[in-house]
Amino acid sequence: MANYRDIIARYQDKPGGIIEAYHALQREFNYIPREAVKEVARVFRLSEAQAYGVATFYSYLSVEPRGNYIIRMCESAPCHIAGADEIIKAFERELGIKVGQTTPDGKFTLELTECVGQCQGTPVITINSVPHVGITPDQIPAILALCK
Amino acid sequence: MAEELRIVLRNADKIDASNINDYIKAGGYTALEKARRMEPRAVIEEVKKANLRGRGGAGFNAGLKWSFVPPAETKYVVCNLDEGEPGTYKDRTIVQKDPQTLLEGMAICAHAIGSRQGYIYCRGEYPYLVEHLNNAIAQAKAAGVLGDFDIEVRMGGGAYVCGEETALIESIEGHRGEPRFKPPFPGVAGLWAQPTVVNNVETFANLPEIINKGADWFASIGAASYPGTKVLTLTGDVVNRIAIEVPTNTTIRQVIYEFGGGIRNGRKFKAVQIGGTSGGFIPESLLDTPIDFDSMRNIGATLGTGAVFVMDDTRDIVDIVTRIAKFFEHESCGKCNPCREGTFRCYEIMKKINRGAATARDIDNITVLARVMQKAALCGLGQAAPGPIMTTLQHFRHEYERKLLS
Ligand SMILES: Cc1cc2nc3c(=O)[nH]c(=O)nc-3n(C[C@H](O)[C@H](O)[C@H](O)COP(=O)(O)O)c2cc1C
Ligand code: FES
Repeated sequence: MANYRDIIARYQDKPGGIIEAYHALQREFNYIPREAVKEVARVFRLSEAQAYGVATFYSYLSVEPRGNYIIRMCESAPCHIAGADEIIKAFERELGIKVGQTTPDGKFTLELTECVGQCQGTPVITINSVPHVGITPDQIPAILALCK
Repeated sequence: MAEELRIVLRNADKIDASNINDYIKAGGYTALEKARRMEPRAVIEEVKKANLRGRGGAGFNAGLKWSFVPPAETKYVVCNLDEGEPGTYKDRTIVQKDPQTLLEGMAICAHAIGSRQGYIYCRGEYPYLVEHLNNAIAQAKAAGVLGDFDIEVRMGGGAYVCGEETALIESIEGHRGEPRFKPPFPGVAGLWAQPTVVNNVETFANLPEIINKGADWFASIGAASYPGTKVLTLTGDVVNRIAIEVPTNTTIRQVIYEFGGGIRNGRKFKAVQIGGTSGGFIPESLLDTPIDFDSMRNIGATLGTGAVFVMDDTRDIVDIVTRIAKFFEHESCGKCNPCREGTFRCYEIMKKINRGAATARDIDNITVLARVMQKAALCGLGQAAPGPIMTTLQHFRHEYERKLLS
């Protein structure tokens, strides 16, 4: 696993590069670790509060540890009427966790999201940002089985 | 039978979108060459005369916007690929199917305003587009077609408000994406306080054909006051959930029944919300309205992004509007009070109505609140947030009254 300092250093000369650095950190760790926020603050010459303020403004970025597979259910209106609530309930049942939680083995995190721009195939979920469209509750065990 | 007319999607599914040679063989980059032989001033005049109005929602004449850019050492061209408006997938479709037409459009704008640096602000939910675009930019650089114009892709972070142009600029600068007070407008002082033109993907993607075929050609297509085509994305209870590109004088009814194939499962139409989640709800009686910006505004609706969200007769309007109110409560950035507090109270009242615990008094309150937000919110988010509530109270009031305590 890459060192967070090395990742952040790659963006230090980019104007406004802090958000790009956060994305890179999240790609590596699935979230932005607290020490990395401190380092970002140092490198981009911000207070830690400011650096934290930027990270937490963006819902796509997380400062909480998350699982290897981040499952996000779109709950915007088109997905809502296509049965997003049932899909969420089915995931909660299958994984034994609630929205916002991570399974104890650290494998899955379940989150809600707004529209991910795949509304031709509602309801839509993303797994580690890859969209899966036209999901039905009975497909969920098979979908989870694909996450090794 | 109405037919599609493809300007921005002219190459879609006809060329290999990941190969610039295909684009060039299809006539790509001839418009940029032509523009570069013209005086920048003349390019701006041509776009102004074409009456190309912004496809990101506000409908401002693109050429006119460019003409406000003052002389400066450094100027920026920024493409808005934030596409956060629920129900919208047009910019993704354009970029996936023909990224070079966007790059060419941005380069035409760069020549017109005298910019050497462009940015594409791509929403974080589209990481696969970032890759696709970086590949397209690398090919364009290698082929030398962009000349001294550079384009960099920046990723958003899942904040709807960052689609608002000044919040977007804040975000590129590495800050929280909170909108700025206007004026100054970005055209005068935008990214790093330099003159900055922000346009939508679809706006840029129209430019190559406008330069090649001329302003008069473009201005003669579709509705006179908002000429050209619009890419629409169909969602909800419509048979064909697809992206289409149609002349702007196409009616809503044609969109839903001729292109969309009508309502799913043989059901009846109840409502359509156009323009994304901030758009107005439209009843059956207004379906013969053309989709152009001004016709939509005249019926109290919006063209917005061109999302077309169809609902059948089994749908619960109040429940859907409650969901939409939650969206705005979540996405309000909190900078201004009318929006921060207003979206919170709207959601609270909508939940109360939806669970059958409200009285007529709550409807009066939400109506007053909506008016305050429309007038007093800092940016379009808070101003537009009450739109779905107000239009459904206007056209589907009985659905609210049905849920009130007697
Ligand atoms: C809350 C909010 C969200 C917006 N989201 C977008 C967006 O995702 N894409 C877009 O092109 N314009 C969006 N806009 C409009 C932009 O502020 C701006 O008007 C537009 O990018 C200008 O480009 P155009 O003139 O080519 O349409 C949004 C505006 C507001 C108020
Ligand atoms: S509404 Fe769910 S992906 Fe767009």
